[in-house]
Amino acid sequence: MSYIQIRNLWKEYADQVVLERINARVNKGDFITIVGASGCGKTTFLKMLLGTESPSRGAILLEDAPIPDEPSQQRGIVFQRYSVFPHLTVLKNVMLARELEHSPLLGKLFGSARRTAKQEALAMLEKVGLTAAIKKYPHELSGGMQQRLAIAQSLIRKPAILLLDEPFGALDPGIRADMHKLVLELWKQHQLTIFMITHDLKEGFLLGTRLWVFDKPRHDPQAPGAFGARITYDIPVGQSDRSLYQKIDQQLQVTQELTMEGNAA
Amino acid sequence: MKKIINLQPHNGTRWLLALLPFLLLLLLYVAASNARLADNPGDKLLPAMGSFADAIQRMAFEPDKRSGDYLLWVDTGSSLIRLGLGVGISALAGLAFGILNGAIPFARAPLSPLVTFLSLIPPMAILPILFIIFGMDELAKVMLIIIGITPALIRDMQQRVLEIPAEQLIKAQTLGASSWQIILRVVLPQILPRLLASVRLALGSAWLFLIAAEAIASTDGLGYRIFLVRRYLAMDVILPYVIWITLLAFFIDYGLKKISQWSFPWFHSQTGDGGKS
Repeated sequence: MSYIQIRNLWKEYADQVVLERINARVNKGDFITIVGASGCGKTTFLKMLLGTESPSRGAILLEDAPIPDEPSQQRGIVFQRYSVFPHLTVLKNVMLARELEHSPLLGKLFGSARRTAKQEALAMLEKVGLTAAIKKYPHELSGGMQQRLAIAQSLIRKPAILLLDEPFGALDPGIRADMHKLVLELWKQHQLTIFMITHDLKEGFLLGTRLWVFDKPRHDPQAPGAFGARITYDIPVGQSDRSLYQKIDQQLQVTQELTMEGNAA
Repeated sequence: MKKIINLQPHNGTRWLLALLPFLLLLLLYVAASNARLADNPGDKLLPAMGSFADAIQRMAFEPDKRSGDYLLWVDTGSSLIRLGLGVGISALAGLAFGILNGAIPFARAPLSPLVTFLSLIPPMAILPILFIIFGMDELAKVMLIIIGITPALIRDMQQRVLEIPAEQLIKAQTLGASSWQIILRVVLPQILPRLLASVRLALGSAWLFLIAAEAIASTDGLGYRIFLVRRYLAMDVILPYVIWITLLAFFIDYGLKKISQWSFPWFHSQTGDGGKS
């Protein structure tokens, strides 16, 4: 039995089909990177996994039950931006999850419980390499440090599924490579199931265990919203070659141009 | 020669330039006052500097002949208590209802249109109603301030809560936060510095309503005194009182700004108003 099943999933807004007939099975521990032209419903799909959007048709099943339709501690998330709390220092950003867990009324811990939470947060911050910055506020951190903080903050609550929405899109290539290493390490260590959206196809070929390509196989130039995107490729990472990369890259570019033309018309 | 938009005054120059208009105004006043007094030594409209000194001495440092009070300080105390109560209660209400409306759609649906409606009632127009309901004593005056500034504060706080990025609220939920915990740990701390900023802006209106209420029905207070001595054309008392009120307003504003900078450093470095005024 699969961990996550996606059954005939559709998402439509008014006259626009965003996703159509998505079917997939995901095993525990899969690391799926999702690529696709912009406007192909990648983020919408992630939001449905997160529970902030609901499917128009079909369902996402998590261990055979419909996935909860609001965010929960089962599914951690790192957005491209705004993922950390600007009013808390680095240390407190990470401690927050523990405080919320153990103090339902005040959301704050004191005494020995606080010390335990602090130790745990410090250990997590060490893993992501932020030990030197624990007293800083997020606005004092670079983009890469903020994203590492966001990851640490998500992982301390030990989610089963980690959702990453272009987490490294705004980072420099050098820092991106460091972050890839970090994510792969944490994925193995915490036995996570990861869905990561990226618009960098190279990143998709490099990270994780599976690559999904979201693309629109059909286009109607008169009605750009008539057909939605589907999963056009589901490839095991590491077994693909250069020609496949180029083929997918080409197709995504075609879709991108068609979408732009559609929007312009 | 640099372009004028690139020329920056140095620190000392900046202070000098800041003082200059005040000095000019003072000079202008003294000249006009001298001219009028030369014409008519009994003129009351633009009293000489000496008359101000006498009036301040009389109001602040000598007991009143009839009541034995030091009037300036009694007036200041009464006014500040009214202002503090009015603004304090308004701030608390603004915070509570602002967060409620901003964070909970089912509270916003019935309350937000009501608050918008209430905020459009001109407070001065219902002052008579307040006097009828709350009598002529303290409560009516404090109520005028509350009614005057609370709806705007609520609307502002609601807007600020709605401006918190949805990503943060979602993130908190993925960390297991309940609605209450999100309000307490994510919304409230981020709204407090914004509340202080809104209160600073609302203080202008608060003073307006305070002085209006005191002028109409009161037996002490800064507004009461100004309107009382107006009957005798006592510009020598009115002008120092006005300057005193302005100074009080300035120091309250400055104090709130310092409290905010000291308590919420993350907020001020974000908005970029760290040290400048």
